[in-house]
Amino acid sequence: MALPDPPTDLLDRRLLFVTGKGGVGKTSIAAAMGSLAASRGQRTLLCEVDAKGDLAGAFETAPTQFREREIAPGLWAMTMDTEASLREYLGLQLKLPLLARLGPLARTFDFVANAAPGVKEILTVGKLCYEVRERHYDLVVVDAPASGHIVGQLAAPEAINDLVKVGMVRDQTGWMLDILGDPARTGVVVVATPEEMPVNETLELAARLGEDTVVDLAGVVVNRVLPELFTRGEEKIFRELQRPDRTEALAAAVGARRSGAGAGPGAVEPLLDGADLAVKLRRTRAEHLGVLREGLPPGTQLLYVPELFQRSHGVRATRQIAEALGAELGY
Amino acid sequence: MAARRSRQGRALKAPSSLEPLLASKEIVICCGSGGVGKTTTAAAAAAMAAAHLGGKVLVITVDPARRLANALGLERFGNVETQIRPEEFAAAGVPEPRGELWAAMLDTKRSWDELVRAHAPDAATRDAILANPLYDNITSRFVQSHDYIAMERLYEIHASGRYDLILVDTPPTRNAIDFLEAPERMADFFSSRLLRWLTVPARSRVFTMASKPFYTVADRILGSQFLQDIAEFFLLFQTMYDGFVERARAVTRTLSDKRTTFVVVSTLEPSPVRETEFFVDALSERQLQLGAVVLNKVLPEWFGDRDAAAVAQRMSADPAGLAKAVTEASGGAGIGPPDQLARVLAEVGESFLNFQVVATREAEQRAELAAVADVVATVPYADHDITDLAGLLELGSWLWR
Repeated sequence: MALPDPPTDLLDRRLLFVTGKGGVGKTSIAAAMGSLAASRGQRTLLCEVDAKGDLAGAFETAPTQFREREIAPGLWAMTMDTEASLREYLGLQLKLPLLARLGPLARTFDFVANAAPGVKEILTVGKLCYEVRERHYDLVVVDAPASGHIVGQLAAPEAINDLVKVGMVRDQTGWMLDILGDPARTGVVVVATPEEMPVNETLELAARLGEDTVVDLAGVVVNRVLPELFTRGEEKIFRELQRPDRTEALAAAVGARRSGAGAGPGAVEPLLDGADLAVKLRRTRAEHLGVLREGLPPGTQLLYVPELFQRSHGVRATRQIAEALGAELGY
Repeated sequence: MAARRSRQGRALKAPSSLEPLLASKEIVICCGSGGVGKTTTAAAAAAMAAAHLGGKVLVITVDPARRLANALGLERFGNVETQIRPEEFAAAGVPEPRGELWAAMLDTKRSWDELVRAHAPDAATRDAILANPLYDNITSRFVQSHDYIAMERLYEIHASGRYDLILVDTPPTRNAIDFLEAPERMADFFSSRLLRWLTVPARSRVFTMASKPFYTVADRILGSQFLQDIAEFFLLFQTMYDGFVERARAVTRTLSDKRTTFVVVSTLEPSPVRETEFFVDALSERQLQLGAVVLNKVLPEWFGDRDAAAVAQRMSADPAGLAKAVTEASGGAGIGPPDQLARVLAEVGESFLNFQVVATREAEQRAELAAVADVVATVPYADHDITDLAGLLELGSWLWR
């Protein structure tokens, strides 16, 4: 009776929706996941749903389009375009001759997208599921809409089922739901940073996924985790250094070893303040991490990606995040 | 205007206080990409205005953090406007705030219902719309409807004349400008030819030649029953057409009114900066007024200190030697085991260098953004979350200098 156990390895699934609150780095994580999978020999498609161009930025490549393009060995990228998706669907399913002759397809689309609820969403999800069903790729990684919008998207096939009683769209929802609801194939990856709002949204989303969709929560990526600077013993020493006489001793030590001009306490205070800030930030974030860990369904896979100080975006950052994820996954 | 918008020589001279802006405007719309701190900024600016400028100030938030909502007394989700009691200002160190601070949370669903109630021609139509499954779907599921309703709500409250100053936190849109276009889009939608086509068969049961290809496709995709449902719904909705379109136009007018200004909030990370620049251009294209840019979560300037960086480099390069020297300089009074002290020094140096890289990158982004607005306020990175009015006022003080 029990559902088949989901694969223990995140990247063994076929379709991963990467979401999270705005600003947490979900595009970077999606890009790194795709890149990691491709580097392990999986034929991988990366799809950006909100056409912001951030995905192309993660690989420093030309803007991606609906028609997928190989941007690295084994890694294809595309941008979702619901109108193009509809066109493809009509071409494939209806075998409508001479679509162009129908003329106002764009206007028809306008109607379909704006007036009929869920249709735009299902064109997006449908295209992605289609790629999975046809086994064009080993893995499809979706840079999905932010956590506020993802549920509407993933729930679209069911919503259509409720609203539309007949017609071709309705006929299509069955197999989509089969793919979406199979934890061996499909999962949602939520990206969060260890901050109050991203953690709250992650927990809310985890609950809503279970209530409103058939899709499994595959894991949570905690992005931008700050390093732990000191052990307890070391922190005691650090606090000691913050005492004025010790700070002066430190400045003197630094100054004594500098030829010429002495540094003075002024040169070491920013250093101590900086470390103090880093410790405080790490502590505040650790609290949020605790809330996250406790609030997630037991057994949820958590992956940690450290804060990248050197590079925050671009190919180099994507590569570093992929390495961090690979280490977390035990590769 | 041209001179003011020139992008040269203003980087360091732009005033940094929002005070004149808040004193002279009636509507302040806070926008920016997700995660930059729009909600907190709007609330902090409102708290400062209430404390120091006087009058009735309202902040409308869309999706506040729970503890921020608590700080504002917003325990319930709903369109209820709640006053932050003067005693709470006193507890936050402002014994006599000059004005009143009010807060409200946007409830999309309820706002839509209210709108329908206001515009429906009769009770039967109203009930039919409210009970329609498509209505429920369109208003609660679709993000564009949040955009529209936020602006509509703002218009409604402003028109009521109940407040001197209203600050709005904008919904987390896919695209920062979506909400600007929402009223226009709403008006377009209701006046579109397609909608008329769609409602033709239910009215006359006659397909016009022009609408035939449209039906051929739509019918095969969605099925005629669903089309019928949609047609019915829109026939109902059309009864509110005039009221709706007129309303959407009024909302657009309010956005471009001189009494309205936009404050763009951004962090100094590449992606929000890019979106901010895009948004600033979008405002100017629409001849909407950019009042200020607020740079949020900015690292302290001393991370850029060159002397400190030189010291940091030495700390991470030769921690053992420095540890020895520190012990000697302390007159031999040890600060814990030398190897531990060395590790602390190495970590301190390393950490400083890490943050310095970020600070340097930020400085560059900042120079770029500083040139786009007349007022640029900078709020430092907070090492704690904001959980009360005192925290909001503390943050707000950065918007006021």
